[in-house]
Amino acid sequence: MTATPAFGDTEASTLSQILDAHRTFEGALLPILHAVQEAFGFVPQDALPIIAKHQNISRAEAHGVMTFYHDFRQNPAGRTVLKICRAEACQAMGADALADHARAALGVDWHETTPDGAITLEPVFCLGLCACGPAAMVDGKLVGRADVAKLDAIIAGAKA
Amino acid sequence: MKIYVPLDSAAVALGADDVAAAITAQGANVTLIRNGSRGMVWLEPLVEVEIDGIRHGFGPMETGDVAGLFGDLAAHPKALGPVDELPWMKGQTRLTFARVGVIDPLSINDYRAHGGLTGLQRALTLSKPEIVQETTDSGLRGRGGAGFPTGIKWKTVSEAEADQKYIVCNADEGDSATFADRMLMEGDPFTLIEGMVIAGLATGATKGYVYLRSEYPIAIRVMNDAVKIARAEGLLGASVLGSEHAFDMEIRVGAGAYVCGEETSLLNSLEGKRGVVRAKPPLPALEGFMGKPTVVNNVISLATIPVIFEKGAAYYRDFGLGRSRGTIPLQIAGNVKYGGLYEIAFGLSLGQIVDEIAGGTATGRPVKAVQVGGPLGAYFPRALFDTPFGYEEFAGKEGLIGHAGLTIFDDRQDMLKMARFAMEFCAIESCGKCTPCRIGAVRGVETVDRIAAGDPDAIPLLTDLCDTMKAGSLCALGGFTPYPVMSALTHFPDDFATAKEAAE
Repeated sequence: MTATPAFGDTEASTLSQILDAHRTFEGALLPILHAVQEAFGFVPQDALPIIAKHQNISRAEAHGVMTFYHDFRQNPAGRTVLKICRAEACQAMGADALADHARAALGVDWHETTPDGAITLEPVFCLGLCACGPAAMVDGKLVGRADVAKLDAIIAGAKA
Repeated sequence: MKIYVPLDSAAVALGADDVAAAITAQGANVTLIRNGSRGMVWLEPLVEVEIDGIRHGFGPMETGDVAGLFGDLAAHPKALGPVDELPWMKGQTRLTFARVGVIDPLSINDYRAHGGLTGLQRALTLSKPEIVQETTDSGLRGRGGAGFPTGIKWKTVSEAEADQKYIVCNADEGDSATFADRMLMEGDPFTLIEGMVIAGLATGATKGYVYLRSEYPIAIRVMNDAVKIARAEGLLGASVLGSEHAFDMEIRVGAGAYVCGEETSLLNSLEGKRGVVRAKPPLPALEGFMGKPTVVNNVISLATIPVIFEKGAAYYRDFGLGRSRGTIPLQIAGNVKYGGLYEIAFGLSLGQIVDEIAGGTATGRPVKAVQVGGPLGAYFPRALFDTPFGYEEFAGKEGLIGHAGLTIFDDRQDMLKMARFAMEFCAIESCGKCTPCRIGAVRGVETVDRIAAGDPDAIPLLTDLCDTMKAGSLCALGGFTPYPVMSALTHFPDDFATAKEAAE
């Protein structure tokens, strides 16, 4: 597990800028959480009470919202995030075997990060690439017709 | 030399950005346009070169094929001829997708030149009830899956009294095998914006939101850019196209929760809450976003509005079958030879779609099953391939058309495994509000495992559990998960029986 960085004055100032930018939004909490994760790579637990106060909700509510959604992380991810689609259309093209290969090659299960901090493996349910499956996403970059060779190249690239 | 390379996610996932870079590197006199996809995913990246006003296709392109585009084009190994003459394109009736793949998605001039804004200009001359009536007369039903008549929903919102009303576009296209929303937003974003503006005119709503899933980064980028351009062009803002009507909109990004495709859960998420389903009533049309009257429509429903107003309700209504009027963008996916998007009037048989249009499986093996309508849709065996593609027709066979996605599986697919997956998916994605879904899905996985282990008593238990989930769940997630499960059990009993017999 990658260590969670401290939440100091710099971080607090970044957060305050994010909150200011969302002051006029209707239903601002998701946009705020996205912006926080974009800035820090995860949603620091220390940020939650500050966000909650800004949104005039309890800390429990803020925590409840954050943990409801698969996208928001409580801890930093690995340097590369590899998402493999597990949905039906990709399964029809062998996504299960591909996922098994990834888990074996990385030595981690879903939602885990390799001990060297290089790769986090995440499942995803549909990237809308259902006619060119199996599909994957590497740090936001889309990969169609993923196979063992492409996956091994991605893993080797991320470990380098 | 005008060259088109799609910016569509599927094309990019298959190397379109590298091909575009290689074309740019060739330099000399190239105008490169990043268009949407024509929907022929097996040909992506599909590069088009305009010769004497006719667009010739080349694909699937690799970077090594780029140099050949600057030589004798007729001799190019990937030459396909004029794109509009390809059988896949000629067989379609493209109304909603008429411009997708054709125009530069972010050029409003291109959009106007291809009929864009004609529908809105007509709508601006009509009263609210007239716009609602035209929509009702078109026979358009919600393309998100529920098939509720769009005009009736608009009427409710239009007649509601409130200081603020909203148009919310459901772009949380989470169903496997569906990518029509994505393709539309990436390939022709102004159509969706125009449809939302017309919905605003019809109902008196002045603010719109597109709730777009985070798994679609390219669609998010294109839609955000399109909204900015639409504001600058006066399509959005205090005075829509110079009229007295105001309408503005924002793009909001989801956060990976499948259940947020359900409209009430989407509204909670948009309000910054957990994406938990709300009990109905109250209907979102009366108490929706922020408790105000809200139209919640799917991307394709809204993006079909401009063509209805451009060509008239009767033109649109004359396509189709029974109570399924107009066209439907089929999304053909999974283990498929010719996969992609094919827009056609309702009424083709499932067999025609799978065998004739899609050409069967990619592996060349026999088709075993087709799941129609996403993860909550039923698995259809070949015996039901005569079912015509329509809302009522599929419902009559214990299935649904949903968002019109079709996943094809070959004969090696284990259907018990797919039934288990449906329950597992429901358990992962359940919002947790109602018990049949939250607990039922977990028990469902266990029960399928018992069947797999050879326990014959578990089969009636699974059937009973599915009845409970179907009747007792608050929304379609728990309520429709029984469709894939029960259809797998009913139509593919061998996959469930082998284990049982082995144990006996």
